[in-house]
Amino acid sequence: MTDQPWNLRESYTYDRNVIAEIRRAANTGIYRIRGWGAKRELPTLDDLVFLGASMSRYPLEGYREACGTDVTIGADTSENPVQLDIPITIAGMSFGSLSANAKEALGRGASAVGTSTTTGDGGMTPEERGHSTKLVYQYLPSRYGMNPDDLRKADAIEVVVGQGAKPGGGGMLMGQKITERVAEMRTLPEGIDQRSACRHPDWTGPDDLEIKIIELREITGHRVPVYVKVGAARPYYDTALAVKAGADAVVVDGMQGGTAATQDVFIEHVGIPTIAAIPEAVRALQDLDVHRGSVKLIAAGGIRSGADVGKALALGADAVSIGTAALIAIGDNDPKYEADYNALGTSAGYWEDFQAGNDPAGITTQDPELSARLDPVIGGRRLANYLKVLSVEAQTIARACGKSHVHNLEPEDLAALTVEAAAMAKVPIAGTSWIPGQG
Amino acid sequence: MTATTLDLSTSTLREVNGTLHAATDGSFTITHPRGAHALAAGIDAPIDVEIDGPVGYYCAGMHKTGTVLVKGNASTGLAENIMSGTVRITGNAMMSAGATGCGGLLVIEGNAGARCGISMKGVDIVVGGNVGHMSAFMGQAGNLVVLGDAAEDLGDSLYEVDIFVRGSVASLGSDCVEKEMRPEHVDTLTRLLAAAEMDADPADFTRYGSARELYNFHVDDIDAELAAGGAS
Repeated sequence: MTDQPWNLRESYTYDRNVIAEIRRAANTGIYRIRGWGAKRELPTLDDLVFLGASMSRYPLEGYREACGTDVTIGADTSENPVQLDIPITIAGMSFGSLSANAKEALGRGASAVGTSTTTGDGGMTPEERGHSTKLVYQYLPSRYGMNPDDLRKADAIEVVVGQGAKPGGGGMLMGQKITERVAEMRTLPEGIDQRSACRHPDWTGPDDLEIKIIELREITGHRVPVYVKVGAARPYYDTALAVKAGADAVVVDGMQGGTAATQDVFIEHVGIPTIAAIPEAVRALQDLDVHRGSVKLIAAGGIRSGADVGKALALGADAVSIGTAALIAIGDNDPKYEADYNALGTSAGYWEDFQAGNDPAGITTQDPELSARLDPVIGGRRLANYLKVLSVEAQTIARACGKSHVHNLEPEDLAALTVEAAAMAKVPIAGTSWIPGQG
Repeated sequence: MTATTLDLSTSTLREVNGTLHAATDGSFTITHPRGAHALAAGIDAPIDVEIDGPVGYYCAGMHKTGTVLVKGNASTGLAENIMSGTVRITGNAMMSAGATGCGGLLVIEGNAGARCGISMKGVDIVVGGNVGHMSAFMGQAGNLVVLGDAAEDLGDSLYEVDIFVRGSVASLGSDCVEKEMRPEHVDTLTRLLAAAEMDADPADFTRYGSARELYNFHVDDIDAELAAGGAS
């Protein structure tokens, strides 16, 4: 540690974060609950690079030649398929975990660039429906706020089996965020520490899920597509079973995926990284002969840049989904609130206590005064700008690889910088033709 | 008024449900259901539907208004997420009957399987026979009336549901306790028994509900106690 005298040696096993956590646990007797996503170092898409065109490949002109970014979901099953202008969607985040202004900002931003936003564990609010031209309605184990009227207002339905931050676990919403409105929407007593169900109440496996999807299609008149979202743990099997159950899209959320609140031990230790999850999900789709066809793959978990978008698509995803990055875009961890973060014992860039309800940026809160800090119009503009950048960056890379559509990116366009990334992504180590495990 | 007959031996599920969804009033009789799934799911108008025979999963799912009468047995998820109106079944219902129901009345004349009323959010459920294990698990609001016996872990992790059982209870789940039957509860039970057309004396029932011990995490703070001069 550079801020300590040179004779002091910090333990690698018991560094200050570890010591602080042991002391916190000993003081409180409760596991650490927080928001954000995994903070420890993991293999990421940063461990991959693109092999831009040169002598053996032919690039497209960056500003002159077309490079498509559109995605259609549910064309084979739905009267009204979801048509996205860009391959980047906004992940499910609930009203309750987020303020109404934050939900409105997400809807405005997504709508401005022709993509979708998603409800969360708490139902659909009129504000987010009104400001989202394409709204995906999550169908979660808790079924908080679930009703057929909102289901029929949705542009797609996402059956949530799991989430990257906590595969196998349910959501949480601490009592300080269970306000009168949130409690009413979820039919819960005000102020309780909500611990959502981790499995659906009326189906228990893929055969049941197939019937559940039939029911959802019947209730909505087969008008909208149905997605299935899984936390990345066993993506090959989960994807295959989701396809078998009749999904139009499978959302695979890697362990870098964020959350509004869950146990730290879950966030850091359950699930597999996004870079490892995408190729396995793609393999399942290929084995079932639906890849780049009737079933779309949406990858999520730690997507931050157009490079990440391009890499996820090159590995075989049809689109990506962002959550944490979208919140940052609209103002999360804004340095202008540094004094407020300091007063909470943290700092801009470190804020992770989304569960606490006292977010200085007014995003992960139900406090009216704090919520008012976020202008949903400005937040929406910031998100739209950010989404444009991600999309244009992905196009730029695709053109450099000679692709006239971002979906034409492929694993052959990638090389890995580490053995781990090569093994997980199933692309060769840079400068070699060697893929670990493949001879 | 003469009921319109919809024959599932000659019509598809989509055609039958489509007809029910398009209707604004009237009565319908569905014949030859033969265990069809999602039958009469999503009804959104004050119509009366009678189903002559057994049904599969999610019959009358997300039912919003009107009545559905099933003359037979039902598989998983009968009247799941019911919003209002009435669903009645003359036979038995498998697991998760009335799951997440937000309102209305579900009457099961026979027995209900496991997790009857799981995560219920305001529905009233009256079961003429027994209920399976973990019934009313994580129930949030509404009433579950059981004229027979309840299996293990009744009312586990309950919020604000009232459970009335006439027979025996194999065991109570976490945070579920026996509670006093006050006059308002007798009134509620009397009303529900009458609505369900069940002949039973409210005085024979025991009420169960949440001890509310799981509503909030219990967080210690030794350092704060020490700073305040306490702790031992």
